[in-house]
Amino acid sequence: MSQLNAYLLVSALLFSIGLAGALLRRNAILVLIGIELMLNAANLNFIAFWRYGPNPAALTGIMFTIFSITVAAAEAAVGLGIILAVYRHTKSTDISQMNTLKG
Amino acid sequence: MAWIVQNLWLVPALPILAGGVIAVTKQRHRAVAASLAIGSMAISFLLALCAFAHVLLHGTEAKEVFNFPWLQFGTEWLKLGWILDPLTAVMIVMVTFVGLLIFIFSVGYMSDDKNFTRFFCFLALFAGAMLGVVIANSLLLLFMCWELVGLTSYLLIGFWFDKPSAAAAAKKAFIVTRIGDLGFFLGIAWLYFETHTLLFYDGGAGCLEHSALTTLVTHATIYGLTASTGIGLLIFCGAAGKSGQVPLHVWLPDAMEGPTPVSALIHAATMVAAGVFLIARIYPLMSANIASLPPLTPTVALQVVTWIGAITALFGALVAVAQYDIKRILAYSTVSQLGYMMMGLGVGGPSVGMFHLITHAFFKALLFLGAGSVIHGCSGEQDIRHMGGIRKFMPITFAAYTCGMLALCGFPLFAGFWSKDEILHSAFAWSISSIPFYMGAFGALLTAFYMTRQMCYVFIGTYRGHAHASHDQEAHSHHAHGHDPHESPLVMTAPLAILAVFAVLLGFLGTPAWPWFQSFLEGEHATFSFAGFAAANTVQLMLASSLIVFLGLFVGWSIYGRKPIESATAPDALAVAQPFAMSTLAHAFYIDALYGATILRLNAWFAILSDVADRFVWGGFVKAFSFFILGLAWLDNFFDKYVVNAGFDAGCDTVSLSGRSLSLLQRGRVQGYLRTIGVALIVIVILLLWGAKA
Repeated sequence: MSQLNAYLLVSALLFSIGLAGALLRRNAILVLIGIELMLNAANLNFIAFWRYGPNPAALTGIMFTIFSITVAAAEAAVGLGIILAVYRHTKSTDISQMNTLKG
Repeated sequence: MAWIVQNLWLVPALPILAGGVIAVTKQRHRAVAASLAIGSMAISFLLALCAFAHVLLHGTEAKEVFNFPWLQFGTEWLKLGWILDPLTAVMIVMVTFVGLLIFIFSVGYMSDDKNFTRFFCFLALFAGAMLGVVIANSLLLLFMCWELVGLTSYLLIGFWFDKPSAAAAAKKAFIVTRIGDLGFFLGIAWLYFETHTLLFYDGGAGCLEHSALTTLVTHATIYGLTASTGIGLLIFCGAAGKSGQVPLHVWLPDAMEGPTPVSALIHAATMVAAGVFLIARIYPLMSANIASLPPLTPTVALQVVTWIGAITALFGALVAVAQYDIKRILAYSTVSQLGYMMMGLGVGGPSVGMFHLITHAFFKALLFLGAGSVIHGCSGEQDIRHMGGIRKFMPITFAAYTCGMLALCGFPLFAGFWSKDEILHSAFAWSISSIPFYMGAFGALLTAFYMTRQMCYVFIGTYRGHAHASHDQEAHSHHAHGHDPHESPLVMTAPLAILAVFAVLLGFLGTPAWPWFQSFLEGEHATFSFAGFAAANTVQLMLASSLIVFLGLFVGWSIYGRKPIESATAPDALAVAQPFAMSTLAHAFYIDALYGATILRLNAWFAILSDVADRFVWGGFVKAFSFFILGLAWLDNFFDKYVVNAGFDAGCDTVSLSGRSLSLLQRGRVQGYLRTIGVALIVIVILLLWGAKA
């Protein structure tokens, strides 16, 4: 098993943990953390494929990752803002109760 | 152009303006209304005097006109305008002066009426419209004012409209004159068709000037009548309607339902004279003849005018003999005198007819106002059988009335003597026939007779008014009955006195020795000489007519005056002797009944016919059509309900059902959606792996 495969396994594990957190946790903050985990799994993939890819000299993987982290930070801020607003409204962060947007 | 010619429009405009202002004045502001009307009339009178002086000083031959374009249709301009010539000058002075006196009289006569302001509004409007007729230089403007006069006359006759007889009389007057006006309007249209102008005088281009008249007389129509004759006769229809000529006279006696000042103003002095004035105005048209004939040959139109006038003169005088209502006697007398005027126009030209018009305006206004004063004094009584002996109670009215009566009879030296004599003299010299002269002479005899009868009934003997308990002709119902008659206030007697002076003296303006009036109208210079009496038959005819008058007065006196009438219920002396004749006359030859049995019956029959046609023919058609439409609508409704609606509803139901079932997927749980995405991801990964292996 090459080093790349090991990185990819870690990344897949990380993604699965994040997905499970996002799907199963009731607390909105923890759901957001799960999403961040999945995002970072993707970032790890970027770095791994760049490092063991055909052209490690060009810093493409790092650049993508930095962009991705920046976007993730902005997304986390928006997500936290929404959660705060919902909390002020419902006095709860339980995501299973936020079901008024149904058909 | 002189100032007065340019601003002649002010003369009618001022009373109309005053009428407009009075119309918006509150009912209780009586003094404002009366002073506005009288003030505007006084200023108009002064302006009229200026105009008269202008004509007098600047030569009477000239016809000074002021024309202005009114509206354009096609390439032609319709022009209106006013004229200042001797005819207009005489008429505006007469109308404003008599009108002014009647306005003043009305202040007293109408003092108890609650609609005092409305009355003065109508009076002022009427005076303005009448003055408009007089100054008009365009047949169209004249017609407009003519109709305004008709309207105000309607309003004034029906002034006491809560009295059914007054409302009916107003309607009758309006409709009967409208029949004449139809002819008038057709005449206007024909005249415009022939000459392309309605201006009377327009510097050679007017319809009464030489070039237009030449085309009119040479244009022959049916039965060899010239266009001028046809147009003249049509316009005469209008004049006959307005001036109460037979057979359109029926409205005039009924018009006495109006307040007495109205009778004096409209049905004696001004409005009824408008017809005579109109004929005098278009006299060049009426008398236009083909140049090859001798200049004084009467035209067909003038012959018709003469005959109608003569018949009317005799008819009115005959009917007046048998009336008992003080105002109806005067009304039929007016009909008769208007007949004389028309006859005078026909046989002698405008100066003859107009002279009688002017003198008649004064003495008939005097008689009507005198009658009004008597009615006012007798608490609204109008039946002469319930009067009597009023001379003692109302000396001023009696004196004035006597002047008017003598002037009307044609008593020597009074105004009516000179003017009526002139008509008879012209009739005697008429080349067509001497019958109109004899009709006129007999009418004069009757005039003297019926006026004597009226005087004897009203002023002589003993007062017979106490006997009756109630009478429905009362105008002043709040006066208690049974009082002795009382003399009228100064505001009423003063106009009477002024008019009486004119009734006596006005005739001297047109005596054979000094025919100033006639010369003035014809634009000549009058000279004073007794040679006028020496002309053919003048003195003989004067003596004859004086004899006729004396005979009439004597017969009247011997029948009614010698033995005083004792009681109100005593039958008339003539009615005892000639019951059938008197009853025929009292019903005015049953002409109203005849119209009722023929024209009105025919009209009613036509109304029934149209009602039936309307109800069953047109109504049936409309009903069938509506049923057809209803059926269509029902079909439409069915289709809409069961085809379109049902189909659409079914489609909608399907859409809504699918929407509802799909909406079940959206449960509002974010993690549920995420789970679906996760499952889908796993499925896709498995599929990819499978694909990669295969």
